[in-house]
Amino acid sequence: MSYLDQTLHLFPETVLAVAGTLIMVLSPTVKNARWLGRIALFALVLALFGSHVSYHHGEYMGSAFDGLVTNDAFAILFRQLFIIVAALAVLSSFDYLKREGIETGEYYALILFSVVGQGLMACSTDLVMIFIGLEISSISTYILTGYRRHDARGIEAALKYFLLGSFATGFLLYGIALVYGATGSTNLAAIRAAIPQANGPLVAMGAALMFVGMAFKVSGAPFQVWTPDVYQGAPTPVTAFMSAAPKAAAFAMFLRVFLTGLTPAAGYFWLLWGCAVLSMFVGNLGALMQSNIKRMLAYSSIAHAGYVLAAFTTRSAMGGAAAIFYLAVYSVTNVGAFLVVAHLAGKDESTVAISDYRGLGKRHPVLAACFTIFLLSLLGVPLTGGFFGKFYIVTSAVAAGLPGLAIITMINSAIGAYYYLRVVVTMYMEDAESPAATPAVPASGTLVLIFTVIGVFALGVFPTMVLEWASQAADILK
Amino acid sequence: MDQFFFYMFSAVILVMALLCVTAKNAVHSAIFLIGTLLGVAGLYLHLGAEFLAGVQVILYVGGIMVLFLFVIMLVNIDQTLKEAIFSGQWKLGLIGVALLGVELVWFVAKGTGLPEKPETHAAAPAAAQLGNVQQVGDVLFQSYLLPFEIASILLLVAMVGAVVMAKKRI
Repeated sequence: MSYLDQTLHLFPETVLAVAGTLIMVLSPTVKNARWLGRIALFALVLALFGSHVSYHHGEYMGSAFDGLVTNDAFAILFRQLFIIVAALAVLSSFDYLKREGIETGEYYALILFSVVGQGLMACSTDLVMIFIGLEISSISTYILTGYRRHDARGIEAALKYFLLGSFATGFLLYGIALVYGATGSTNLAAIRAAIPQANGPLVAMGAALMFVGMAFKVSGAPFQVWTPDVYQGAPTPVTAFMSAAPKAAAFAMFLRVFLTGLTPAAGYFWLLWGCAVLSMFVGNLGALMQSNIKRMLAYSSIAHAGYVLAAFTTRSAMGGAAAIFYLAVYSVTNVGAFLVVAHLAGKDESTVAISDYRGLGKRHPVLAACFTIFLLSLLGVPLTGGFFGKFYIVTSAVAAGLPGLAIITMINSAIGAYYYLRVVVTMYMEDAESPAATPAVPASGTLVLIFTVIGVFALGVFPTMVLEWASQAADILK
Repeated sequence: MDQFFFYMFSAVILVMALLCVTAKNAVHSAIFLIGTLLGVAGLYLHLGAEFLAGVQVILYVGGIMVLFLFVIMLVNIDQTLKEAIFSGQWKLGLIGVALLGVELVWFVAKGTGLPEKPETHAAAPAAAQLGNVQQVGDVLFQSYLLPFEIASILLLVAMVGAVVMAKKRI
């Protein structure tokens, strides 16, 4: 295979990296940064189209670069998810950045680079590549978190995220080193083959350290402490982006490394089980006590990481498919919910308390209705994607002989009802004393709202389209 | 002879690391850290990894230590000289270290021995003919070409980040 052919296996990443560089080169000469955002959007659409074509024609599939990366159903599904999330985030950033006065080309370039890293995480089958992809994605996200530099809370969030994230990366890297030391390879398939003859405790220690690093990246308890502060301090469109794309990418790497590479290293079942149960309880109980909508959604995202981990705990193809499907649903829903929050946040994010949503049902019925749909999907009400997401997770847990885990998942869904419905009640049943002006939704925001609402219902009414794909992807991992 | 050099370098590393932590003056600490890093480079040489030893000296002793010294220059040393160098929890830390030491000794005494070296290292057979640097180059530019190139994006992102964070006005 020529290098060109091999590079075309990474078509989306190549397009996005080139576009990101182009945006930075153009940014001193282009006065209106909105145009740079449009270039980013165009590059994202092109990357999505390219990966779609290559998947449907079966071209440039399979492994490349000596087995470092592979283009399979798993990689393509996650990649397309990241690209869609990034496009929605870019669209919802237009208005927000202008309001905050921080619209620059670097913002869009960083989002593109972040997607490059996430795409590499999803398609790599070698620990070295996965690690570099993770670092590209993480460092871009650290910077985006601190993009509102005039805001002390934003800077605090970025610093906290950077320090803790680097620490977690250290754990991951140490784990990779130990696994390499025990098995003599960084390739996941080779690691899997070598584990039965390898030194058991060394592999277990490496796997445990990698688990810590990855659980941090997916904000699973007890490594979730950073999540509320970072989600609150980051610009809201960035929160939307990082609650979906980097998290899904971390799960992609988590699934690929543990199900493909470290499966023979037994004993991590209870690690996963404990992490899943703890995340669900910490997330849901924490969310009950929040008065800030961004913090509430942050805790809810910890709980959702717990649900995905519960599906992961089954370690079956069915559980893998349920986890992937749930990630798709959760990403689309969360981006929609955070877009509504971003739109209503006001200058300097002054109105992000739950009490600021009083009377929204009267002031802006459409926005309130959309937000309600997203919250109901997060809760898992039938007809929305969230319902089937939870349904498949519970089914896979029961099928894998883990009824306890299924019951805990359902109890937590019930706890979730309280804080999601509380926001709905606030919007419709309570009246604001001095209603803040509700700005009209711009065209870009309308587009995102339409797309996410349709996505939530499409996944809730016709789940099989994505689920079949997710099953194919999960089969590859085995 | 082998063992002699191993213990010598290890002793250098340990003594320098201890001095680095206990030195009152930050500049002295930095100098002792250089000693530690050089000791590690010696260990690499001793293992037959000349390339790694060279990189260790050039990158850590050369590049990163200069950065350290720059930062120390910006800190008010006269002020820090007056302050206690250990935080109030040093006793707690000492207990933790002692426990870790006991654990290590216990495991080494009770365990079945150190992990065996895996025999599947790809580069092992060619080691005799080719030099170390040449081997690293071969691996880096053939089987690991992609990560090598992708790392440039990582560096670019880090650079953009530094500029975005340091600019007076976005």
